[in-house]
Amino acid sequence: MATQSSRATARLMVAPSVILLFIWMIVPLAMTIWFSVRIYRLLSPERSGWAGVRNYTWFFNSPDFWMAINNTLLLVGGVLAITIILGVLIALLIDQPVWGQGPLRILVISPFFIMPPVAAMIWKNLFMHPQNGLFAAVSRAFGTEPILFLQNYPMSSIVFITAWEWLPFATLILLTALQSLSSEQLEAAEMDGASALSRFRYITLPHMTRAITVVILIQTIFLLGIFGEIFTTTQGGPGSASTTLPYMIYKQALIAKDIGRAAAGGIIAVILANIVAFFLMRSMGKHLDA
Amino acid sequence: MGKIVLKQVRKSFGDVHVIPSVDLTIENGEFVVFVGPSGCGKSTLLRLIAGLEDTTSGVIEIDGKDATALPPAKRGLAMVFQSYALYPHMTVRKNIMFPLKMAGMDIEAATKKADAAAKVLNLTSYMERKPGQLSGGQRQRVAIGRAIVREPAAFLFDEPLSNLDAALRGNMRLEITELHQNLKTTMIYVTHDQVEAMTMADKIVVLQAGNIEQVGSPLELYNHPANAFVAGFIGSPRMNLLEGADAQAVGAKTIGVRPEHLDISTTAGQWKGTVAVAELLGSDTFLHVNVEGHGTMTVRGGGDVNLRHGDTVYLTPQAGKVHRFGADGKTMA
Amino acid sequence: MARSVSTRRKLFFTVAAWSVALLIFFPVLWTILTSFKTEASAVASPPELLGADWTLQNYSDVWARSDYPRFFMNSVIISIGSTLLGLLIAIPAAWSMAFVPGNKTKDLLMWMLSTKMMPAAAVLIPMYLIFQKTGLFDTRTGLVLALMLMNLPVIIWMLYTYFKEIPGEILEAARMDGASLKNEVLYILTPMAIPGIASTMLLNIILAWNEAFWTITLTTVNAAPLSAFIASFSAPQGLFYAKLSAASTMAIAPILIMGWFGQKQLVRGLTFGAVK
Repeated sequence: MATQSSRATARLMVAPSVILLFIWMIVPLAMTIWFSVRIYRLLSPERSGWAGVRNYTWFFNSPDFWMAINNTLLLVGGVLAITIILGVLIALLIDQPVWGQGPLRILVISPFFIMPPVAAMIWKNLFMHPQNGLFAAVSRAFGTEPILFLQNYPMSSIVFITAWEWLPFATLILLTALQSLSSEQLEAAEMDGASALSRFRYITLPHMTRAITVVILIQTIFLLGIFGEIFTTTQGGPGSASTTLPYMIYKQALIAKDIGRAAAGGIIAVILANIVAFFLMRSMGKHLDA
Repeated sequence: MGKIVLKQVRKSFGDVHVIPSVDLTIENGEFVVFVGPSGCGKSTLLRLIAGLEDTTSGVIEIDGKDATALPPAKRGLAMVFQSYALYPHMTVRKNIMFPLKMAGMDIEAATKKADAAAKVLNLTSYMERKPGQLSGGQRQRVAIGRAIVREPAAFLFDEPLSNLDAALRGNMRLEITELHQNLKTTMIYVTHDQVEAMTMADKIVVLQAGNIEQVGSPLELYNHPANAFVAGFIGSPRMNLLEGADAQAVGAKTIGVRPEHLDISTTAGQWKGTVAVAELLGSDTFLHVNVEGHGTMTVRGGGDVNLRHGDTVYLTPQAGKVHRFGADGKTMA
Repeated sequence: MARSVSTRRKLFFTVAAWSVALLIFFPVLWTILTSFKTEASAVASPPELLGADWTLQNYSDVWARSDYPRFFMNSVIISIGSTLLGLLIAIPAAWSMAFVPGNKTKDLLMWMLSTKMMPAAAVLIPMYLIFQKTGLFDTRTGLVLALMLMNLPVIIWMLYTYFKEIPGEILEAARMDGASLKNEVLYILTPMAIPGIASTMLLNIILAWNEAFWTITLTTVNAAPLSAFIASFSAPQGLFYAKLSAASTMAIAPILIMGWFGQKQLVRGLTFGAVK
């Protein structure tokens, strides 16, 4: 749909973005690959040389690694499940005829604007703290022992906090999708004798598929890299109970100061992320007419 | 002046040859309609003339000068798009003035010209509105106004009426025809609606799969279609095309009879059938008749034809009104 | 909905929706309230609401204890700088992908988005070294660059989505009307794209403002923005709830208010074209 000259101009205009992103991706990646096959410890700089695949095997042999993979999947899956299910329900609720839909939307979107370390700190101290937190006060009011959220349920607590941050995003996108559904379709289904539940199942939900797809895609991208929430709340603990893959790499790099191992972990994370990306993009591609 | 000549113009998108090769001459001041089913390449041909697409090979001449490599703005043509393509953030006046502004005309002269165009098109009281506040017909007129002020060598219309309702479409058809009579500028008009083609054109170009099937005046095409495709495409309701023994009897692969060229009788005739549906329009009656051995045939009778579903009728083609087509689809002499 | 709704039904849904919304908003509200309490009142059990000791002391304490204006200015410069630079690079790219799409455009977009899938922690050390070597470490320029590149795929996607909605015929009309590429961009594209560009800008400022990995790991003092400011308050936990709340409020307030004003445009842009 265009002439030769406009095609040439177009290439020229995309070029800066592509080149910059390529450099941004390839340079650190190449360096990480290099480090990952080297012995490189900040605490013992006199030892250096080839490590071969030892940095990698260390990761695969570490029980923490499989736990970290598990925790990463738990975090992504848990947050996706909570935000989408609650998001659909809340969107359905707000889409009903209510007074003050504008202010309602403002309240609901607010957590999205909160900086992750602030969000984590609020939840950790003001709510989940075993002595001074609001949850503890509620427990005491009911005469039960305060729950040690971050001690005993670290992963669930982090999933909860992260889900709170991302719920607005899911809700508002699903709400926008819901509002673009023509009421004629629903009325036609009603005339056809569909109950409220089957109207939701056969009309509303399919209509929202594309929006749900976007929510999954965007959230997964951000959730795979979650760091601040863990850093602020549990530091990956107790033990390694809430260590995700990115956090484990961070610990290797900045606490154990073993750059070689951290780099190997980084490459493993990149490969895993790319596997996820591949499947995600392939299924998304069908729904997004780019 | 707007004589446009296409010489062996070809257009391919990758391996797809949308326009295999077209030769066509459009005389100055002619109203030419490109007509054909969707996907026949008529819009592509128009966009090639406009310069919105590159030609793969061939030459496009405008006023005797080779314009093949010229960008759209330099060709001196104006186009009215199917979606009107008005600039939503500009008022009607600014929309109409935009091409003049781009040509570097001073504001005063441009305003005067826009106002004159608006007067012709009955838009004077809408000049300060934005396109979003106008009806479909008004938007269409703004798009035409924007084309008029440029005083182009030729106007290009890309299915301009397809987004309007039937009544408005009839009105706009008349307005565009009148406009052509007043301006006497070359117009090239693309449509898939053969009624628009018949009523507006000086010359119709029938396209199929990127090839020109026939070029001629509306009545030439109606009376002497070059082949079965043109015969079937021009005329409403469609021509009845029959094969088999009846065709072989006159030495043809296919014969064609227009609905208005069949005589109706309740007693005797060449083909016997039963009325499936009778459409009563008051002035005319269209009968859809199930004819033994030929399927459904359409017949046009007067408003006084009193036949209903299930009635038996006999149909006879009028003498000299049977078109004969050979095995290659071409009309036989 | 051309359907009348009974007042009772509407009242029921209003109460239900507002309850849910307030529940979601409550942590933010509670933080803001706590920031105005005395330290004793902030940790009182049972929690005090109406009977609390209200004070502005926390804000003046936080203000005195740390160099808030510097953190704030760094946040402003980094988020706005990275956004403007990103737009400068992204607008031509998104423009050409939207209006001159090739058969690889979709793959290109997906590839761009996939660069965001690389976990930041994985490339922390190389980035750290590159920043040290190039003298970008702990500079605003360095963070502007890093955050710009980090968010570039999202900016391009959002702009692409918006540009896609501008009908191609309008640009062709402009071309027929004699507009040069420059005039086409100036008079037609830009005015039509401004709402989209504005909401892209807003989202990107929010993302950059709230970024808390590179802004903390690639700065020490000079270029540290509000994310680092808040991190410095996490140490004396439990003791200074009210001050922590005041600092939190100071870190989130600017972007929260900005987000409230722009939320409608923002949400539409975030659908990435999945909702028409």
